[in-house]
Amino acid sequence: MQVGLTHYLILSAILFSLGIYGVVTRKNAILVLMGIELILNSANINFIAFSRYSGMQLDGQVIAVFVIILAAAEAAVALAIVLNIYQRFKTVNVDEINKLKE
Amino acid sequence: MSLFDIIFYFFAIVTLVSAGIVVFSRNIIYSAFSLLFTFFGVAGIYILLNADFIAVAQLLIYVGGILVLLLFGVMLTNKVISVDIKTGTVQTLPALLLVAMTAGSLCGIFYVTDWKIVQSVPEVSTTTYSLGEMFMTTYLLPFEVASVILLVALIGAVMIARRDKQE
Repeated sequence: MQVGLTHYLILSAILFSLGIYGVVTRKNAILVLMGIELILNSANINFIAFSRYSGMQLDGQVIAVFVIILAAAEAAVALAIVLNIYQRFKTVNVDEINKLKE
Repeated sequence: MSLFDIIFYFFAIVTLVSAGIVVFSRNIIYSAFSLLFTFFGVAGIYILLNADFIAVAQLLIYVGGILVLLLFGVMLTNKVISVDIKTGTVQTLPALLLVAMTAGSLCGIFYVTDWKIVQSVPEVSTTTYSLGEMFMTTYLLPFEVASVILLVALIGAVMIARRDKQE
């Protein structure tokens, strides 16, 4: 069977599921962030695959660039928050951080 | 099986195996470094989809930026010298069930749906020119908003990360 749109979509579906699994099960906040990056990458594969198989209309690729931009911004802010949490609580395990105010 | 298919399966396997290591590995350093191979594999998939600009942007931003940022996060929030760099997991079994159901239903939907696809690709050498044109015409407003968002995120990240200890 020749590689077509379905192959890319199934690849991105599996990548998405792996990302969801990482986000749901991991305790470490940074590994949760890695799961989010996997999810964003799988969404990007979908966008670009549809862009390619709609006769090379580039709108999907433009959206993919925006997704990459937002991922960069999200990673920067989230890492800053995680560093702050570590300074305050001395841990980054999300199940131990359960206080709004000390 | 053509060469294109073989290359696709190579990149797909690299992506999925390293993503599996990211998610299932107990050692956070292994996770961070195998994320590198996931990003490389996804960039290869982009090249197979004729998205050369996105592939290079993926390498520059994800591998050069986000991954380094994540590694900094790992180094700064764990005691790297100590052996205890493993991380725990919670609720593995329900999550595995949920994820298997999600993946199964998504794959089923993707497989069953009759996509209206255009197989042929028009003769374009690179996408960069037309992408730039679209950024400056159709998508001008989102493009400018994205630049503002990047600026705000930059300033916000700096403000959050360095808080003075005066209280």
